[in-house]
Amino acid sequence: MSTSTEISAPAGREPTADGPDRSTPATRPKPGSRRDRVAYLFLAPWFVGLLLLTAGPLLGSLYLSFTKFNLLQPPAWTGFGNYLKMFTDDPRYLQSLKVTFIYVVLTVPLQLGFALAVAVMLNRPLRGMAWYRSIYYIPSLLGGSVAIAVIWGQLFDDDGVLNSFLAFFGVAGRSWISSPDTALYTLVLLNIWQFGSPMVIFLAGLKQIPQELYDAASVDGASSWRRFRSVTVPLLTPIIFFNVVLQIIQAFQAFTPAYVVSGGSGGPSDSTLFYTLYLYQQGFTNLNMGYASAMAWVLLLIIATFTLINFGLARRWVYYEDR
Amino acid sequence: MTTLQHTPTDRRRARRWLTHLALIAGTLVMVYPLLWMAGGSFKDEKDIFSQLNPFPSSLDPRNYIAGWTATDPTFTRFYINSLLIAVLAVAGNVIACTLTAYAFARLEFRGKKVFFGIMLGSIMLPAHALLIPQYVLFFNLGWVNTYLPLVVPNFLATDAFFIFLMVQFIRTIPRTLDEAAMIDGCGKVRIFSRIILPLTGPVLITTMIFTFIWTYNDFFAQLIYLSYPSSETVPVALRRFVDATGDSSYGQLLAMSVLSLVPTFIVFLLAQRRIVEGIATTGLKG
Repeated sequence: MSTSTEISAPAGREPTADGPDRSTPATRPKPGSRRDRVAYLFLAPWFVGLLLLTAGPLLGSLYLSFTKFNLLQPPAWTGFGNYLKMFTDDPRYLQSLKVTFIYVVLTVPLQLGFALAVAVMLNRPLRGMAWYRSIYYIPSLLGGSVAIAVIWGQLFDDDGVLNSFLAFFGVAGRSWISSPDTALYTLVLLNIWQFGSPMVIFLAGLKQIPQELYDAASVDGASSWRRFRSVTVPLLTPIIFFNVVLQIIQAFQAFTPAYVVSGGSGGPSDSTLFYTLYLYQQGFTNLNMGYASAMAWVLLLIIATFTLINFGLARRWVYYEDR
Repeated sequence: MTTLQHTPTDRRRARRWLTHLALIAGTLVMVYPLLWMAGGSFKDEKDIFSQLNPFPSSLDPRNYIAGWTATDPTFTRFYINSLLIAVLAVAGNVIACTLTAYAFARLEFRGKKVFFGIMLGSIMLPAHALLIPQYVLFFNLGWVNTYLPLVVPNFLATDAFFIFLMVQFIRTIPRTLDEAAMIDGCGKVRIFSRIILPLTGPVLITTMIFTFIWTYNDFFAQLIYLSYPSSETVPVALRRFVDATGDSSYGQLLAMSVLSLVPTFIVFLLAQRRIVEGIATTGLKG
């Protein structure tokens, strides 16, 4: 962060531009000075938002998580009751955790794998490359919408397209959406289908890798697989890391597809009961808002833990050129 | 023309063809669901599921006309709601985020580092952790079933990601411009409105595009805050359409699904390059 030279700085002092603020306490403007007031004026909307819509609610939900609260009556303190109930007396909660973990563990690597593979294919002087990129990207743009979730339900239904396709080869289909064994996997597929935006990010990263490195590797007799493993992957690790962090955070919060495909129930047999869907049911269907707040805080901690683990592990495998 | 001898050029050409073949096969898989939806919206009820071929025999707009007016109020209302919310959200983000970003990028004030850290931290915060108290607040203000809970937060710069994006951008604008204006007697407000704001064009457009797409496609907040039929947006109405029509009118459902994607698609066509660049350089979720 750079600091601009203060016009009011005493004459004869060295200008301190682009360095830390080295002015002595005597010359530093007092709190409530004009300089501060102008800045705070610019920040006024953000301050209000921070207070009322971010920091306030964050602490508010922490408080509510220790209460029983139904929106209409004042919250009643229950200590760790909500947290205790979640892990000892609520099979649906544990089910929602399980479903969400399976979803994250399956979608993140598969989606990023596809994204990287297609990005590598497109990162060549190829006719129509821009077209391919657009077409592969479009599902990612539209995929989060209710419309696509609606369509997905139809594609994998009893008389859906997948079964017609299987019947063509004489394979007997089933209702993929209404079977508890397969419903979650159709949603996993829906998320993998949206590999377009990590693909675009990979593509941008691949373009940064200098061609000389590939040429040098070729001269040394490296096969294309070897070049991928020893040149592409190491130089791309910062971007792989970035995508992993982002996708994990997003996958934990998936909601729309499960809600739309299951009609809000998380069914069949709670097999698509995503964490956020159960949170929604508790908070807004049953008005257990204290319980929902406790769930939100556990989700926050889970996501924070995963992100910290990611950053911790990053030192072992992410390669930064300038280090 | 063909020789049995495989020269390196031959092999490269064969490889290129294989790449194209794989990419085209992939393309078909990727667009099939979309084609199926678009084609089905023009088909008879009985043909939608029985035909694998996504292309309809004729472009009969019947399903579109029937679907548009199948609900009460009609989809006209839902589109007005959706587009109004999206436009207001865009305006809010543009105004509030630029003001905030300018302060963080150019002004000096007490607590700057701390506040900047808080702002960055809030980007990663999952919305669910704030959800219940925000709902309680809006409920007590009597804002449930109005647009306000969906657009007022944008006017209070809660989309911190865009602040960050703009701070990064404003830092690349040469400070000599500010200093020249200051010598000419401009205050911070005039520097902001005359120098910085006009130069933030590209990042403003990125902000507008993504705010529009995200707000238009958002479902969770709209589901929670809008429950009167007259206040519903397109995604919420579409979702209710599934329940209301049940198994009876898939053609209409597909037609309305197609239409609901049109605004996003138009934005994509108009701003394709910028969207791709925005994702590539900042990791925005598309």
